[in-house]
Amino acid sequence: MRRLRQWGPGLLLLSPSLILLAVFVYGLIAWTTKVSVSDEHNALGSKGFVGLENYTKLFTEDINDRFTHSLKNLAVFTVVFLVGAMFFGLLWAFILERGVKAEGFFRTVYLFPMAVSFVASGVVWRWLMNPNKGENAGGLNAVLGGLGLDFAQSTWWTNPNWGMASMAIPAIWQLAGYVMALFLAGFRGIPAELREAAAMDGASTYRLYRNVILPQLTPVALSALIILGHMSMKMFDLIMSVSGPQWLTEVPAIYVWQTLLTSDYAKAAAISIILLLLVAVVIVPYLIYTNRQEKNA
Amino acid sequence: MTTLATPPETLEPLAPRNKPRARTGPGAIVKYALALLFLIIVLMPMYVLIVTSFKSGADIGVTSQWNLPDKWTFASWEKAWTALQPSFIRTFELAIPVAVISSLIGAANGFVLSRWRFPGADVVFTLILFGMFIPYQAVMIPLREVITTIGIPPGITTLVFVHCVYGIPICTLIFRNYYATTVPEELIEAARVDGAGLLRTFGRIILPISIPGFVVTVIWQFTSAWNDYLFAIFLSNTQNGPITIALNALAGAQSPDYAASMAGALITSIPTLLVYVLLGRWFIGGLMAGSVKS
Repeated sequence: MRRLRQWGPGLLLLSPSLILLAVFVYGLIAWTTKVSVSDEHNALGSKGFVGLENYTKLFTEDINDRFTHSLKNLAVFTVVFLVGAMFFGLLWAFILERGVKAEGFFRTVYLFPMAVSFVASGVVWRWLMNPNKGENAGGLNAVLGGLGLDFAQSTWWTNPNWGMASMAIPAIWQLAGYVMALFLAGFRGIPAELREAAAMDGASTYRLYRNVILPQLTPVALSALIILGHMSMKMFDLIMSVSGPQWLTEVPAIYVWQTLLTSDYAKAAAISIILLLLVAVVIVPYLIYTNRQEKNA
Repeated sequence: MTTLATPPETLEPLAPRNKPRARTGPGAIVKYALALLFLIIVLMPMYVLIVTSFKSGADIGVTSQWNLPDKWTFASWEKAWTALQPSFIRTFELAIPVAVISSLIGAANGFVLSRWRFPGADVVFTLILFGMFIPYQAVMIPLREVITTIGIPPGITTLVFVHCVYGIPICTLIFRNYYATTVPEELIEAARVDGAGLLRTFGRIILPISIPGFVVTVIWQFTSAWNDYLFAIFLSNTQNGPITIALNALAGAQSPDYAASMAGALITSIPTLLVYVLLGRWFIGGLMAGSVKS
């Protein structure tokens, strides 16, 4: 009873949030799941339970394999986005970590795209990734042409096979700075004694980074990957703004929206739940892992 | 390492720890050359946005994208402003309340979960955190129905509510990490011994030292409410929605007016850019302080 008096008020203060999240996160997910196993394919409502039919149909009966196509797009986008953002983020952090005058200025410029919405940056990226080549080139192709790299000119996201890789360029532009900030924090968090000890042992700069510093950055890299990865799975605004909803660049998040426009709630719900599962497969182990780590700390 | 952003312990912008070294020599040249090259690359889209927004007529073309305007004109800015102005004001009515309310909720939750804990607090925290990662499509279909049923007025009010609810996890996380690293347990124990209850401890002792936490959550929530498109497109329209919807309507037409679109994109970005430039140093400092701890 005394213990309850001690922690009771805390739980009470927390309870409005808990109720809201119970309803609006877990409750609504349950609701969506229920819709996804129903036959609510139009605004008239549901007539009954169909089991996993909506899910299996996405993989087997979707016209032109639209759903698997959107998954493939998402995979290409995610790989390029993650590799690109991690690479440039780490490289920028490394440059700044080596000590640069006016570091604050560089940091602010590298980070600023993060403040811009995908909808706004999409306006200019759509134009920069204009597919015209040669004489008519504009945007990135004009820059490549100007540098004498005509062979590298591309049709960007309009390329039916690898277009989604180009779609990752604006996303990298937007988030590499964030990764840089995370890594820079990681670099700064490494105790000076560690560097000194390595220097005493006569380690070369290369070995210092390879054997001492980079291993210390693994946790930072892991959280950066998790943050970028879940953003990538949910990618919607950017693609809507650069290409608009269309076959070439469709990902599951946009497929849901397109399906809702036709009032096929059951199918939209099934896609949403698959998307949720994709995210959960990565996030849940990560959350459990961090929870354990904290307990051990 | 569940750290997206944890505020620094004091309101000090992060100072570089390493003094610039190797001022001359090939290493330094490569370093500065790369730093400048990436600076230019990052700024390129900004350049196109700005110059295009001042162009008119035949000046605007794919092949002349990189050229400066032949004749500088504000006409597109006027056109964009006329199209965006109502939603621009509405977006402030959205982002400011979201930033304030979310931060207060986050502070209270973070305090309880770090310094006024109850049995099972860690499990509860993990369950809260999961809400941050979900693809919102997984709640969107019934969300509209629930909002209508509880009778929240459509448009900005609905969006304020939704952003506050789905902002709970991130704000709770930020404040929990902040209090866990800055508020000593002994301080709370002492207050308890003095007979101070939860609310008094929170109001008198905790809130006054929470400003660095508020800086981070305010920036985070202001920016995400301002930049949101997904909730906006599901729950509002051009008549009652935020600026991202209006911008997309302006820029997304079949044959868009590029100059006006770019001016519009700049207008849309000015408030969040200002927030980053003015408060950004503390935000980066916060990111950094947070991710160091594991």
